[in-house]
Amino acid sequence: MYKYDLLDQSLVDERVAQYKGQLTRFLNKELTEEEFRPLRLQNGLYIQRHAPMLRVAVPYGLLSSTQLNKLADISDKYDRGYGHFSTRQNIQFNWPKLEDTPQILKELATVEMHAIQTSGNCIRNITTDQFSGVTPDEIIDPRYLAEIIRQWSTFHPEFALLPRKFKIAITGSSRDRAIVQAHDIGLEIFSDKDNEMAIKVWVGGGLGRTPILGSVIKENLSWKHILTYSEAILRVYNLYGRRDNMYKARIKILVKALGIEKFKELVEREWASIKDGPNTIDISEINRIKAFFSEPNYKNNKQNDLKKHVTNKSFSQWLSRCTHSHKKEGYRSVTLSLKSNKQAPGDATADQMRAVASLADQYSFGEIRVSHEQNLILADVLEDKLYELWEKAKVQKLTTPNVGLLTDIICCPGGDFCSLANAKSIPIANSIQDLFDDMDYLHDIGEINLNISGCMNACGHHHVGHIGILGVDKDGSEWYQLTLGGNQGNFASIGKVIGPSFSEEELPGVIKKIISTFIKHRHLDEIFIDCVSRIGLQPFKEAVYGKKEKKT
Amino acid sequence: MSSQLIINNSIVDDEWQLVMPPKADEEVKKQAGKVVMFKLTGEGSLTNEQIENTIFSKNGKVILPVGVFLHHQKDLKNRISKQEIGIWMETHEEIDSFINEINDINLLPLISVRVKKFADGRIFSIGNLLRLKYKYKNELRAIGDVLRDQLFFLKRSGFNSFHIREDRDAKDALLGLNDFTTPYQGAVDQKQPAWKIIKR
Ligand code: HEM
Ligand code: SF4
Repeated sequence: MYKYDLLDQSLVDERVAQYKGQLTRFLNKELTEEEFRPLRLQNGLYIQRHAPMLRVAVPYGLLSSTQLNKLADISDKYDRGYGHFSTRQNIQFNWPKLEDTPQILKELATVEMHAIQTSGNCIRNITTDQFSGVTPDEIIDPRYLAEIIRQWSTFHPEFALLPRKFKIAITGSSRDRAIVQAHDIGLEIFSDKDNEMAIKVWVGGGLGRTPILGSVIKENLSWKHILTYSEAILRVYNLYGRRDNMYKARIKILVKALGIEKFKELVEREWASIKDGPNTIDISEINRIKAFFSEPNYKNNKQNDLKKHVTNKSFSQWLSRCTHSHKKEGYRSVTLSLKSNKQAPGDATADQMRAVASLADQYSFGEIRVSHEQNLILADVLEDKLYELWEKAKVQKLTTPNVGLLTDIICCPGGDFCSLANAKSIPIANSIQDLFDDMDYLHDIGEINLNISGCMNACGHHHVGHIGILGVDKDGSEWYQLTLGGNQGNFASIGKVIGPSFSEEELPGVIKKIISTFIKHRHLDEIFIDCVSRIGLQPFKEAVYGKKEKKT
Repeated sequence: MSSQLIINNSIVDDEWQLVMPPKADEEVKKQAGKVVMFKLTGEGSLTNEQIENTIFSKNGKVILPVGVFLHHQKDLKNRISKQEIGIWMETHEEIDSFINEINDINLLPLISVRVKKFADGRIFSIGNLLRLKYKYKNELRAIGDVLRDQLFFLKRSGFNSFHIREDRDAKDALLGLNDFTTPYQGAVDQKQPAWKIIKR
């Protein structure tokens, strides 16, 4: 993975000093609340319901065991012994003290970590496929381009105060696991007809209040121009994006208002004056960064002893759900589920973090990845070692065999932590997990994504969940609206609301009815989303609201 | 009273007088979606009446609103050649909308851009465009809600002159210019990205 040199380190150290100064000026009343706000946000610091929340960047979801151990120490020392992995592959601490934040950042800097641009109206953490570099369906490893974009976007002077936040996602696989179409800029790297690395560029996607999938702005951009082209997009957005209304300030609204053709015309005009300029990248820079992501020392191990253990049912369930094929024969990638019903989805305790760091050291070259589904991944595990790993991870409750299944719920912090929430989301997730805790039944139901957001800001990506749950406020009480048919990946789509919303008590029963309806209509091994596409919403509506009955 | 003006790296006295137009009779709100882009946000521009009624001193160095400058350009030839005339623009004004009406922007010794609110980052793109696309070489000044924590970015976006908001200490703000030693990306002040100029 990428390692800091003196330059990277000095930038991060200087940032710690800068932030410390800003906080001191704020505490001394030399900065007003309003003036301090954008500064603290660009350092990942929110002021939340109970305490500040600090969001730490995990660039494109990649962590070393040293870093994860440090995060564990920080959760013990400055927080309540746990952290929350987010859908943007970052980690959040819910209980730090404001005065401690400079010290936390200082400690993070010792392991090449920071909270730069994890919030606020700037270019955020670049996200990508959690299986980059190891998945057999990959065409080009997106990590080195992600790192190049990370460096370029860090403290980019022109884009330091955008109309609104700006998220970039990049994938290099035929199967998109980074939801590039739901980002301000989405990038898909591919190999063009001359076998040159090229990039398809989407712009103007995003969820939130106004869910919109991105539009293609460039079918085939040479990798050399990735930074200058992004600069042109961002300049047009920076100048013309709305700043008078924060709900209309995302680039998606601008693209929609102008139309993609007009928007593209403006971008191309801007690009003409900077194309081939100094920020054009060349092969030497690609190679320099690429070297950090070279293959680890894989063993040649064609045989494996997995057969010995297939009679162990829990192990084989885990094997089928939580391990993934690998480009190197003899290896698999492992997802450690953070979705047991005993914790909030995406939460990990300090002990769990240390255990995962140690497993990474023993079995996966000391590296860990965070997925946008809020789980942790060990990317390079020898098949021979899977059983051993499983036994150790089980002790830490990290082997719930539910990855990709109904209880692998993507969930925002919701009303328990977030001051913007209409409704709680974690207890909803836990009650659904409790209801579907029979692993056999869960495996029979098969692949399905359930996403929960506590309000229309959509941090839990409910629009692209096969089942989406959205917290809504009705006369001051908490209700939940249900959408069906959302999807991520290459066939991304936005789910449709099925009807009036439900109370917290009704909700588990409703999910049960939806699942039974699916089981009743499903063809053979058909998965939920395909069934919904085939039969439409009507059968589900009838199951939930009753037939043709007038809704009161 | 000490000065609020930073040019390059020091606090200096301000030789210029900033000229403000009179307030408009009524807020001019433009419709969304018309030809000029900034109208999307409904931000007003100067009315002809405001332009005609703007008064400024007959001698000495003055910074005129762009609209006022264009209106008087012909009569000001003499003063322009004496380097007495600068202009200022708002962040929602489009450079393209006036640049062709000015013979040569490098005849202007000063261009100022006013940022009304700290969080308005359009000023950075404007600096970049003036310097790199329109090749403006003289003093480029940030005015308005200009505070310490913008300075590093403003400098990198081509500004070399900063009028710090009246209630803040310019000496303190000066420190902001050096928040970071070697940034990653090429911008206006240092055009080459770090990887091209130092061995990494
Ligand atoms: C608890 C503090 C949090 C607050 C106050 C917060 C606030 C917001 C707001 C206001 C938006 C909408 C922005 C817009 O549409 O312009 C948003 C979007 C988003 N948040 Fe959060 N959030 C929080 C936590 C989280 C967490 C924990 C995650 C990950 C699990 C997350 C992931 C996201 C994502 C992915 C979006 C983007 C949706 C889109 O594409 O528009 N947020 N957040
Ligand atoms: S979706 Fe709403 S409730 Fe949930 S974290 Fe985001 S802002 Fe808070």
